[in-house]
Amino acid sequence: MVTLQINGIKKEVDVDSETPLLWVLRDNLGITSVKYTCGIAECGICTVLIDGKAVRSCSIPVKDVGASEITTIEGLPDNHPVKVAWIAKQVPQCGYCQPGIMLQTVDFLSRQPNPSDEQINEAMDDLICRCGSHPRMKKAIRMAAEISSKQGG
Amino acid sequence: MYASMTRRTFLAKSSLVIAGTVLSSRIEIFNATSLQAAVNTPFKPHAFLEIGADETITVWVGQTNLGQGSHTGIPMVIAEELDAAWETVQVKMALAAEPFKDPVWHTQATGGSTSIRHRWDMLRKVGAAARQMLVEAAAEQWQIPVQQCVAKEGKVLHPDGSSLSYGQLTEVAGKRPVPENPPLKAPQDYTIIGTPRERLDIPDKVMGHTVYGIDFSIDNMCVAVVARPPYYGATPESHDAEAAMAIKGVIEVVDLENSIGVCAETTYAAMQGREALNITWSKASHPDLNDETLDALYQEHLTRPGAVAQNEGDVETAFAAAGQTVEQSYKLPYLSHAQVEPINCTAHVEKERCRIWAPTQGQTVFQLTAAKLTGLPVEKVEVMTLPAGGGFGLRAEPDPLVEAVLLSKSLGRPVKVIWSREDDFAHDYFRPANHSRVQAGLDNSGKVVAWSHKLTAPSVMTRVMHQYVKDGVDPDAVSGVWDMVYSMPNKRVEYVMMDLPIRVGFWRSVGYSSNVFTVESFMDELAHAAGADPVQFRLAHLERGSRPYNVLTHLAERAGWNDPLPEGRARGIALTSCFESTAAHVAEIAVGSGGEITVHKMHCAIDCGTAVYPDAIRAQAEAGVIMGMSVAFYERVRFRDGGVSTANYDEYRLLRMSEVPEIEVHILEDGKKAGGIGEPVVPSVAPSIANAIFAATGVRLRELPFNTDLLH
Repeated sequence: MVTLQINGIKKEVDVDSETPLLWVLRDNLGITSVKYTCGIAECGICTVLIDGKAVRSCSIPVKDVGASEITTIEGLPDNHPVKVAWIAKQVPQCGYCQPGIMLQTVDFLSRQPNPSDEQINEAMDDLICRCGSHPRMKKAIRMAAEISSKQGG
Repeated sequence: MYASMTRRTFLAKSSLVIAGTVLSSRIEIFNATSLQAAVNTPFKPHAFLEIGADETITVWVGQTNLGQGSHTGIPMVIAEELDAAWETVQVKMALAAEPFKDPVWHTQATGGSTSIRHRWDMLRKVGAAARQMLVEAAAEQWQIPVQQCVAKEGKVLHPDGSSLSYGQLTEVAGKRPVPENPPLKAPQDYTIIGTPRERLDIPDKVMGHTVYGIDFSIDNMCVAVVARPPYYGATPESHDAEAAMAIKGVIEVVDLENSIGVCAETTYAAMQGREALNITWSKASHPDLNDETLDALYQEHLTRPGAVAQNEGDVETAFAAAGQTVEQSYKLPYLSHAQVEPINCTAHVEKERCRIWAPTQGQTVFQLTAAKLTGLPVEKVEVMTLPAGGGFGLRAEPDPLVEAVLLSKSLGRPVKVIWSREDDFAHDYFRPANHSRVQAGLDNSGKVVAWSHKLTAPSVMTRVMHQYVKDGVDPDAVSGVWDMVYSMPNKRVEYVMMDLPIRVGFWRSVGYSSNVFTVESFMDELAHAAGADPVQFRLAHLERGSRPYNVLTHLAERAGWNDPLPEGRARGIALTSCFESTAAHVAEIAVGSGGEITVHKMHCAIDCGTAVYPDAIRAQAEAGVIMGMSVAFYERVRFRDGGVSTANYDEYRLLRMSEVPEIEVHILEDGKKAGGIGEPVVPSVAPSIANAIFAATGVRLRELPFNTDLLH
């Protein structure tokens, strides 16, 4: 039995502790917003936040999560600056990669609240979006940063 | 910026059919036989449209939601002619059914950028017919002539200023006959078509609520992965089913034709079970097949005589008279769709019916295939299309459906088949590699007088649409060549069909995605040979005033083609017409001393006749640049030892954030019917960059992906 803290709620699951967190979230807990894509930590689409830090859930065994807080896209409020910006800038096409990319954005903006274009490129360069929503992601990241700074001030 | 939130609140209780956790029960409501009948309302004038007494306007679509925006664009067309209040419009995915078949193709499928262009009249008539019925219903109720009633934003207005809402009129309107040829609006009266709208599916996607095919689940379902041959022609010789069954959660190991399915409680258990099978495969049928032998085979095929796809004028005589002859060869690789959501399909085969839930682009093919496999009549097969995490043509292939149906039949319970990423790369139906040799003759004024083009590639259509393949010519394989935008007085196109074990299929922009690189690179070479400006040279081969002529002229002006560039930068241009639209690109690049290429800016101009949903067009044009650049610089499937060697994204690099240039999209409308969008925006990207590289360096890159070593 493994105990996980997800979006503020404690969950117990009966799984082999070597199981990647991705599959525990998807198959055992039904949190399907966390997406399987490459399985080798190459694309970033399965990203969740663990204690606020972006982690590729396909490549972390559930036993390594411990008591850390896991955040999936549902764990962000509907009016979270990243969600608001993602809608305002009409970012998603197929949308499959977006929850993971948005979560990586949340982590990035928490460390770099006012990023330059170069910093955005660098922070988001290890992600795959096959549809090609990148230009809109960039705009949304800037917008989310602006909303956050206004809220902060 | 919060408009979409408001909209979501309005539709919260009746949003996308498959959103939320009540999934299976919500889907049950909608079955194929009830499509023509009223569901929740007396007013359902067409399978595409129903209007509720609560004012909710539901547009049912049969097209797959791949993120291309047609789940908003289709409702926009209907709502326009209906004079609906846009905020009352919602969209729902319909089960596969006759009314949703493509009126041109007579099959329900999402491809060829057809969602709107093949239904342009149909969709408008659905909305217009409903509007006419509502207006007539109001006139009847008020006892005044129809001509005195005006429909506007979900209401019919009385001359005295009073009004009846569409919801109030549903009862009466539903009793009226559906007019067959209702009057359609003049484009200048459009208030929804061509206006900025937020995509209806985006809020759910952002909130993480969208249930894609891979996310679907139903009571008592198990998950399956399938072990398939790692090499062409291989078959399983032995495997250890017991070891697989020993994995916790594995339910059953099923022998399928030439493959082995492992069904389990969870995906991870199924994947572990497959590992444990420890299969011994027989040898490959073509063990020598690899990148090098393939290349040699292509080159050899190019020396063979081809089937004549086109022969206009007198090519031989024209070459003999030409002042200058230019000849070049081009090579394009196999490409993977690399769509992010792995291939999957859920099936539940029962005694009297079969239900399918899949992110499919080929509803009819899925339905017919399932009927054949189960022995059930087609009408007993329900196909529910789920949102897809990309597709680009691959999702019309019924392979996962076959596996899911056979496994469900065997287990007697619902089965969801999931392909791993490695399965996806190994068993994709690739865009065929294509080699070509082109020869052209120029007269002394610098005009092309003869064009001879031979290309070799495997045929996609022979497998999937063989009725269109005539006398050895696959029309898809030569598309973009025999129907190039330029008029050539003497032209010959030959096609050498290859027969290889490699599986090939449709990939975004299909034949155009390959051949436009060749044609537009070669046109640039010819311009250079003629000593002409690439834009002027192209214009000289286009009919003045034609759509391609106008698009090129407009793009050259907007991109500042003749303006000086900063030191070290260069521009390239390319153009194509396909899927009833014309698109062109200007690339602005720089080449570093080490041969590294930076694309600073891409301009895309597209004329799609009528721009229904401009923001979706812009999104597709941006996406086309990114996919086109990815193809230009990186994408190539590799082969080794008689099978596919490319296994995952680490070996199939896609364009990354830092490489995405500034993109400027110029939408043109010549007022013709709405043309395609998703596909026309890709083909001219790669050649525009290759042409810019030549302008910058004098080096011509005739192979994709670019070999930048040649620029050192």
